[in-house]
Amino acid sequence: MDLNKRYTPQTWPDHPETATLEGKNKFVGFWLLLAAETVTFASLFATYLALKDKGPSGMEFTAAGLFELPLVFAMTMILLTSSLTSVYAIYHMKNHNFKAMQAWLGITVLLGLTFLGLEIYEFNHYVHLGFGFTNSAFSSAFYVLVGTHGAHVVFGLSWFIALMLRNAKRGLNMYNAPKFYLAALYWHFIDVVWVFIFTVVYLMGVIG
Amino acid sequence: MSSNAQKTGFGATIWDYITTVDHKKIAILYLISGGFFFLVGGVEAMLIRIQLMKAGNDFLSAGTYNEVLTMHGTTMIFLAAMPILFAFMNSIAPLQIGARDVAFPFLNSLGFWLFFFGGVFLNLSWFLGGAPDAGWTNYASLALASEGHGIDFYSLGLTISGFGSLIAGINFLVTIINMRAPGMTYMRMPLFTWTTFVASALILLAFPPLTVGIFFMIFDRLFGANFFDVTMGGNTIIWEHFFWIFGHPEVYILILPAFGIFSEIFAIFSRKRLFGYTALVFATILIGFYGFMVWAHHMFTTGLGPTANAVFALATMIIAVPTGIKIFNWLLTIWGGSISFTVPMIYAVAFIPSFTAGGVTGVMQAIAPLDYQLHDSYFIVAHFHYVIVGGVVLAILAGTHLYWPKMFGTMLSEKLGKWTFWFFFIGFHLTFFIQHFLGLMGMPRRVYTFGADQGWDLFNAISTVGAFFMAVGVIILLVNVVMTTIKNERVGNDPWGDGRTLEWAIPSPPPFYNFAQTPLVRGLDPYWIEKMEGNKEGMIYAEPLGDIHMPNNSFIPFVMSLGMFVASFGALYHLDGDKAWALPVLIIGLGITFGSMLVRSWKDDLGFIVTKEELIADQERIQREAQAREGGKNGGLK
Repeated sequence: MDLNKRYTPQTWPDHPETATLEGKNKFVGFWLLLAAETVTFASLFATYLALKDKGPSGMEFTAAGLFELPLVFAMTMILLTSSLTSVYAIYHMKNHNFKAMQAWLGITVLLGLTFLGLEIYEFNHYVHLGFGFTNSAFSSAFYVLVGTHGAHVVFGLSWFIALMLRNAKRGLNMYNAPKFYLAALYWHFIDVVWVFIFTVVYLMGVIG
Repeated sequence: MSSNAQKTGFGATIWDYITTVDHKKIAILYLISGGFFFLVGGVEAMLIRIQLMKAGNDFLSAGTYNEVLTMHGTTMIFLAAMPILFAFMNSIAPLQIGARDVAFPFLNSLGFWLFFFGGVFLNLSWFLGGAPDAGWTNYASLALASEGHGIDFYSLGLTISGFGSLIAGINFLVTIINMRAPGMTYMRMPLFTWTTFVASALILLAFPPLTVGIFFMIFDRLFGANFFDVTMGGNTIIWEHFFWIFGHPEVYILILPAFGIFSEIFAIFSRKRLFGYTALVFATILIGFYGFMVWAHHMFTTGLGPTANAVFALATMIIAVPTGIKIFNWLLTIWGGSISFTVPMIYAVAFIPSFTAGGVTGVMQAIAPLDYQLHDSYFIVAHFHYVIVGGVVLAILAGTHLYWPKMFGTMLSEKLGKWTFWFFFIGFHLTFFIQHFLGLMGMPRRVYTFGADQGWDLFNAISTVGAFFMAVGVIILLVNVVMTTIKNERVGNDPWGDGRTLEWAIPSPPPFYNFAQTPLVRGLDPYWIEKMEGNKEGMIYAEPLGDIHMPNNSFIPFVMSLGMFVASFGALYHLDGDKAWALPVLIIGLGITFGSMLVRSWKDDLGFIVTKEELIADQERIQREAQAREGGKNGGLK
């Protein structure tokens, strides 16, 4: 692969992410990784549902008493919006518009960081209420499920930032186009998992 | 750039293997380390049998016995059987589809080093305060109560090596999906490639639940979580579910590649196209599919209730159908063939009755009410050793003989191979057949001793004698390997003379780029087709000779895995209180891993080009060597 080859929007392929064998391999491999990730989160959800509201006798906290929707709703909206902005970024990637792609990725990262900040605030709030990781089976299952998602957010953000810095001066080429594409795909996956967390943990939690 | 045969120093060779991304060299790494762990697990097995040789024996203490028993199972499954099969999958599957390498050579190396460091970490437990002692299934109710750090070595070691397996699985899948040579359609893929494919899919979907379960175990034991602690609202059955949602597919991850190896052997040494190729492929897929629906048959006595037990009993019995289809296809492949009883073929023929016996006892245990009688008895031990040793280990031994020339360029001695076979085969049946009856007589598994008045003395003594037979067989194999290596008699492309698939169309061992020109596949058994049409050149090609793009070696996979290894010590000791260094070590280790990930994505790694001229020169060298070999042979005959 020739890194010095210059592309214009006219010569740039329609699907740069799968235009090379390396790109195709990454594309298929990443979807398979997402399959494994799906099983991972399915396992965590199953555990959460099995251990929901379970704890030592006289446990203080239950899902219905603990969770409040306004903050979590805001977090959901922010993360969903960040998924949309990452779509815009990939739209510009496919049109070989590097600057616009970087700008939209930047917005995506800012939204992601906001989400992460709110999640840290939320966890901090629970811990101050006395709902710690070691409190009960319920608390362990909650923190591991939502925390694993949070760790994925951290990884996704680090990935975006590394790609943006790394390629800031190089622009788009066939070597990094699949990387941008897959980072965005990962971000969508994180988003989908959050939709399930919002539903299963928070909405079903508040309903009781 | 090219790694043409030059004399290199010992240090350079080691460095080459540490940094290699060549699937054939990684296969050799898997074979050596898997073989080493196979010997370790074998020694543990001998210790078990010596302890049970007579009633009231005190060769091992009860605590040590638990550790040996746990490590025997864990080592054999995770560190011996899987890696040795990975060795064949790595070495052979890319060649069978006509690929120059796997899809992700870097990840291939990473997968190996993660497995390696995970295995080393687990085994270091012997020297650092005691091995895990809750059985290879590590049930939470036992594991949470286990003192010391044995269980933590198990959890952290298997996490690391589990990541390695997952990465290897994804790599094989993408390789087979994307890298097949022109004409190599799915329904022309050799059976070994097919079973590699399905086993990899199982790895992909089965390892995450294990990882999740093990993470819960780590959190519970080391970070104060309460997933399995009943007094805190936890539930120990969650571990059992996750373990077996992984554990049952795991046995198919082991047996499917074994089926693949035997399918190749039956076709080659019967000199016949596989009977019922299509049925064999679909049976493989079906076994993989059903493999995920039967996990609770390991938990019949847990108390899930009659409905769950009935459903899982039926699902389990259904698996016997595709497996039976396979057995009959193999028999009909042999039928009417021009059979040559080489060592691999002897193993294959011996495999059919041995494995079928294990399968039949499996169906017996699928009957839930009967399983209440058999559960936790030696009948179970006999059953799973019949399928694992009678299936997987026989396949590993057969595959070692079959593929040794392709991996190393020399033939193992057939004579010594037959000695190994007879010692191992007789020893295997002597050890495990009688254990069925010990089980029916009421001997429970996992007990470190038994009383003289229980009437189990004679059968246990016989079983121990069998174990020694197997040990002798393995020692003869080692002698065989050493002698073959010292003799170093090089062989040509197709040393068995009847190779059918693409790997036999290229030199043994193949050059680092595998195929100078990508072959064109014209049907099932492509090399055999060309032979039958009198093609002297070996294959016809899908492309003219031209430049080849190859990946660079990298040291990063080793460092990344080392980081995880270091971090594991931090996680293991951080609760101990008197070890202030633990938390920094955890952070530094993770820093090494993620730092090297960053370095990897920061630096462009575009690989290198083997030019057409270099290729031509290398091909000429290979031909010269082949001619010299032929000349030497003729000279010998005169």
